[in-house]
Amino acid sequence: MGYVAGEFDVIVIGAGHAGCEAALASARMGCETLLLTINLDMVAFMPCNPSIGGPAKGHVVREIDALGGEMGRNIDKTFIQMRMLNTGKGPAVHALRAQADKFSYQHLMKKTIEETPHLTLRQGMAEELIVEDGKCVGIVTKTGAEYRAKAVVVTTGTYLRGKIIMGELMYESGPNNQQPSVRLSASLKEHGLELIRFKTGTPPRVHKDTIDFSKTEIQPGDEKPKFFSYETESSSNEQLPCWLTYTSEKTHQIINDNLHRAPMFSGAIEGTGPRYCPSIEDKIVRFADKPKHQIFLEPEGKHTSEYYVQGLSTSMPEDVQLDILRSIPGLEKVEMMRNGYAIEYDAVIPTQLWPSLETKKVDSLFTAGQINGTSGYEEAAGQGIMAGINAARKVQGKEPVIIGRSQGYIGVMIDDLVTKGTNDPYRLLTSRAEYRLLLRHDNADLRLTPVGYEIGLITEERYKAFLRKKELVEMEVERLQSTKIKPDDVAAMLESAGSAPLTQGGDILSLLRRPEVTYEHLETVSPSPFELTDEMKEQVEIQIKYAGYIEKQLLQVERLNKMEKKLIPDDIIYEEVNGLASEAKQKLSVIRPLSIGQASRIAGVTPADISILLVYLEHYNRVKAARG
Amino acid sequence: MVHDTIAAISTAVGEGGIAIIRISGPQAISGTDAIFQSKISLKDADTHTVHYGHIIDPASGERVEEVLVTLMRGPRSFTAEDVVEINAHGGVIAVKKVLDVVLQQEGIRTAEPGEFTKRAFLNGRIDLMQAEAVIDLIRSKSDRAFSVARKQAEGTLSKKIKALRQTVIELLAHIEVNIDYPEHDVEEMTSAYIREQCQSAIGEIDKLLKTASEGKILREGIMTAIVGRPNVGKSSLMNVLTQENKAIVTDIPGTTRDVIEQFVTLNGIPLRLLDTAGIRETSDVVERIGVERSRDALQDADLILFVLNYNEPLGEDDRQLLAQLEGRSVIVIINKMDLPGRLELSEVEKYVPAESIVKMSVLQESGLDALESTISEMFFEGQLESNDLTYVSNVRHISLLKRAKQSLADAIEATHVGIPIDVIQIDARQAWESLGEILGDEAGDSLIDQIFSQFCLGK
Repeated sequence: MGYVAGEFDVIVIGAGHAGCEAALASARMGCETLLLTINLDMVAFMPCNPSIGGPAKGHVVREIDALGGEMGRNIDKTFIQMRMLNTGKGPAVHALRAQADKFSYQHLMKKTIEETPHLTLRQGMAEELIVEDGKCVGIVTKTGAEYRAKAVVVTTGTYLRGKIIMGELMYESGPNNQQPSVRLSASLKEHGLELIRFKTGTPPRVHKDTIDFSKTEIQPGDEKPKFFSYETESSSNEQLPCWLTYTSEKTHQIINDNLHRAPMFSGAIEGTGPRYCPSIEDKIVRFADKPKHQIFLEPEGKHTSEYYVQGLSTSMPEDVQLDILRSIPGLEKVEMMRNGYAIEYDAVIPTQLWPSLETKKVDSLFTAGQINGTSGYEEAAGQGIMAGINAARKVQGKEPVIIGRSQGYIGVMIDDLVTKGTNDPYRLLTSRAEYRLLLRHDNADLRLTPVGYEIGLITEERYKAFLRKKELVEMEVERLQSTKIKPDDVAAMLESAGSAPLTQGGDILSLLRRPEVTYEHLETVSPSPFELTDEMKEQVEIQIKYAGYIEKQLLQVERLNKMEKKLIPDDIIYEEVNGLASEAKQKLSVIRPLSIGQASRIAGVTPADISILLVYLEHYNRVKAARG
Repeated sequence: MVHDTIAAISTAVGEGGIAIIRISGPQAISGTDAIFQSKISLKDADTHTVHYGHIIDPASGERVEEVLVTLMRGPRSFTAEDVVEINAHGGVIAVKKVLDVVLQQEGIRTAEPGEFTKRAFLNGRIDLMQAEAVIDLIRSKSDRAFSVARKQAEGTLSKKIKALRQTVIELLAHIEVNIDYPEHDVEEMTSAYIREQCQSAIGEIDKLLKTASEGKILREGIMTAIVGRPNVGKSSLMNVLTQENKAIVTDIPGTTRDVIEQFVTLNGIPLRLLDTAGIRETSDVVERIGVERSRDALQDADLILFVLNYNEPLGEDDRQLLAQLEGRSVIVIINKMDLPGRLELSEVEKYVPAESIVKMSVLQESGLDALESTISEMFFEGQLESNDLTYVSNVRHISLLKRAKQSLADAIEATHVGIPIDVIQIDARQAWESLGEILGDEAGDSLIDQIFSQFCLGK
């Protein structure tokens, strides 16, 4: 019953946050791309909280934008609340977080995809990979359509053998009661990929009109919102607040009384859940002495009455869920519109991937997003854009693009996944980045826009604007350095900043190193002759104020890069390297690191093993050179 | 590959009167100049020249050691990098002190096992034929270092370091959770709290560092118990070591009825030697008291010299005692090598590694050098640590502790000038990593584990 339905350069399976970025990147790089989804109404759907960004995650959205991806632009047009978090802390951890109008977000993304040249969006369930001579060359759908391609990107999210669990109830399903993808799992296994079972969950949704907001605290958005995309200059979006309440003693009582019905504890759930996103029952059991937990009530959109109950992810039976909700101040009379649930799904053990996100087992097969053991829209999108870029480059016969750990959170995440693997759904945290001070929210463009331009995802116009910004910032820093001042010139300014007076003259730049003196203060005595935007001023201030620490990290990065540049030839046979400990041999043979830097991050590979490897490589290279 | 500068004592410890500290890398010359008081600074000196002077501790201004310093500029040196060699002659303690001062210099760290040779090879100074030898060298030296580290992981020092790390990691987790979960109702991190935690960690580090000072070691000495069956030559050994006849030596088993103490200095390492009564079941009351005291002494000892007779096969008592001593610092001395051999060496090796077995003839005073160098080496590698007060003897540990302390002090300083917590975290994390290096731990996931076990997070 099969038929040949079409031929493409790249096929992307799944149109979630990873799939959308992958397909857009591939098409924009000139590859004829097919984006296949089980349900066309589910493009860029948010099955869990209607929110994007936050620490590390927001950084990733900025990075996606700097590379020429879509997530930042899309949320900037569809947010219903924008907040900059961590403003009381250092510039590296300032983090933008948006509440999305979940429907507008989907519609806009779908429209963008539909209007993108070289991109075909189609409904269909991929069930089988076509692999010829170890290379993935297409897929077959449930309806028998056979699509041929030069590369395939799999972004199945939580659909792979998805199973919803709630109390005693359990059924095969994708997220939000969508059809699960069952047969593709078998096809992946058949081609040698090892799968694991992970679990995640979502809280119930409630009707706005049944919430007593007077018993909750208001959480408004920022008056002057900032944006994710470097392209967004302004927005007229009206903002909606979120609301904060807490669990009560009664909530904890209900949960404790019903633990025997919780699949978390009855053994019904086999999959490993995320540590950073536990269900409410898990929180209450593990942190028994905490008297109450925060609950945020978040609107799901402008044209809906559904509210997301953040903090209450649960797989308790439906009747218990309602009791729990009604034990929370402000929700005493609440109506539950959808129940929460836990969902189990298949994921690929990510150490089976190259840093390009191509699988080691099957050539031209890429995976991205939740299937790689991560969780979160931003994590998915960050991998999606890289898988899309690298699939397109593979088709075009180019080397893969790999973002380094010192270049972006995307690099940190992918390196962690393919080098160390993960035991539970992986979430990005700023603490996973060793060069946090370099991977700031404000400088994502400085880090990655040249890369985006190089691969063809950043337009000439945008790149020019970027270069101009960079130049102006550099010029301003230089100007401040060469501007000499006398103590009298700045006495009034320093006083107003609450800073000690100057005893002798010097350059004005060094004043900015004082924690209490801001660029705004400097402007009052020495206004810039250049036309600087607020963003540029911020750049100038951060670069000067944290120069000492930035310098320290740059030095570390330089050391790291030396190790990253020591490439390991792909034909190396670790079993034959005398002196390597047997654990190291085994781990290195599985991971097959591309560089000494990557090798050194594998758990179980010791510094002595690295030394031996270096000596071996030197030997190897000299022998090779001698042979010509 | 040239990036950082490494230093280590490159002569075998305890052999010969002179020890050489080799420093290699871009900071070798400037680092030495900072602590070397001489007529000429090395930066102005010609390559391949020798200079007389003193090593000064820049912190106290004190003279540490009188030295000869050899300068070899790269690429005409063993490693093809700038190399400085400091020749010191004041015994193990003085040499360690010099290395300690060298390692205080910015950008200089202790060399990994076999690293000088590795650099020589990677910089093309050693030919291809030797690659295998280099690999073997790295492997054997690191395995040895690893077994030492593992031994220490059970020791009192490591318990203290672990407790210290716990203090720092709790602080780190608290900072991280404030950053990664800004809207969670966890306690906001304050400068006062950071200072308090860092200060308390610094206090602990200071206590440890204090034990590292020379004076402490000299006063206490390494408690060394000489044990073994009766009449294997324990007292004779003690006499040879002390060069005096304090213990009663006869060939009647059970002559030593009490624990005899002696202080000796081997290669500058102070030992408090305890000759114990032969451990065996006995009916003689006086002897039994002696035996019990020896058992106590054995319990308290930092180092155990277990004497066996080459002329007798291994007995059941010996096996029991050897089994009991597992995990302790033990040197097995096979005495009476001048007599016909009736002892199976391989059997002894089941209990202790070959490098901890020393063959001697106390009567003929042979093998004494080997014993001295084995003790020196154990001491130098930090394998020996005093039991009653945790004491840090390993130079690498001292330098890492000092580094951790500096990072914590930097963190405190940063809180005073209003640096934000995520930046202060860089210093605190550095302290945690330096402490981790002492234990050979990797940073890895444990911070994230700590965050999720310490705080209740989620959506």
